Amino acid sequence: MQGIQIDLISSEKLAALTSMEKIHLILDHVRKGSIIILEKGLSPDEQSTLIEMTMREILPDGFNGIEIETYPSRDQSPGFLQKLLGRSAIESRLTVIGPANQLRMIKKEKDIISAWVSTR
Amino acid sequence: MNILVQTKRRLSKFLMAFFKKKKARIGIYGPPNAGKTTLANRIARDWTGEDVGLVSEVPHETRRAVRKSDISITGSNGSNITIDIVDTPGVTTKIDYKDFLEYGMDKETAVIRAREATEGVAEAMHWLREDINGVMYMLDATEDPFMQVNIMMIGIIESRKLPVIIVANKIDLPDASPQRIRSAFPQHPVVPISCLEGKNIEDLYEKMVEHFG
Repeated sequence: MQGIQIDLISSEKLAALTSMEKIHLILDHVRKGSIIILEKGLSPDEQSTLIEMTMREILPDGFNGIEIETYPSRDQSPGFLQKLLGRSAIESRLTVIGPANQLRMIKKEKDIISAWVSTR
Repeated sequence: MNILVQTKRRLSKFLMAFFKKKKARIGIYGPPNAGKTTLANRIARDWTGEDVGLVSEVPHETRRAVRKSDISITGSNGSNITIDIVDTPGVTTKIDYKDFLEYGMDKETAVIRAREATEGVAEAMHWLREDINGVMYMLDATEDPFMQVNIMMIGIIESRKLPVIIVANKIDLPDASPQRIRSAFPQHPVVPISCLEGKNIEDLYEKMVEHFG
């Protein structure tokens, strides 16, 4: 039976990983053809590193990159400590990542992401 | 070269020498084929008389970040900035050499181009984290601004607290909708231009002086 593996990763699991561990986890799964769903998305710095590392993994006739979609982030009102440190709080939200040659985003709205997945 | 351009250059050089302002490195970022190199060339040509890079309809023509130094821009009120412009490869999360075959390249050339493009995008991301003080984020006004790569890039730029101007290019085309870009990124200044025709380019220079000065 042919199929696609989908890995749903909880926010608790993500919180226990370093940024590089998260990125390696994502790329290891996606290169094998899995679709990853993160309960909480990546920080902007992690997204930047993910793009950079994805580019370094691309091979002719092999892995050709990722498709990634996330809900628009929501600004949270900063707490006392965040105000004190001058940090704004941006809530990262559910994120879908898959191989670019298998995952196509059809439609994204405020709270709905529609995707189409093909077998290799 | 017209008299206006010559006068602008002389005034800019004079002001730069007089005030010795600290230079900012301004990166031109955006998805492939938004017109980044066309803009870099226009800015460089208008203020230094030289080009930055080659322009082509094939995506990823720019595959290395290219810096043009000491561009001095003067606004209408006499305010002046001196910047380095960094033209960067189009940012994307996927590159397939097969896409280049459609433009008549053989497989070997397409594979080399794809490899150079991947290195270029990685380098552009590195520049953004390490070496850029401000960003002009370039969008094709005929395309959907809500593409994930744009959302991610604007988020990354905001998280680094870099000043950003969003440039809505290609307003000479009938399908262009700068308003759609304004509604996608209401938190940032959006300047609609046509790089090809030079339409509104003076507005962009005013905004650059105001925003990056």
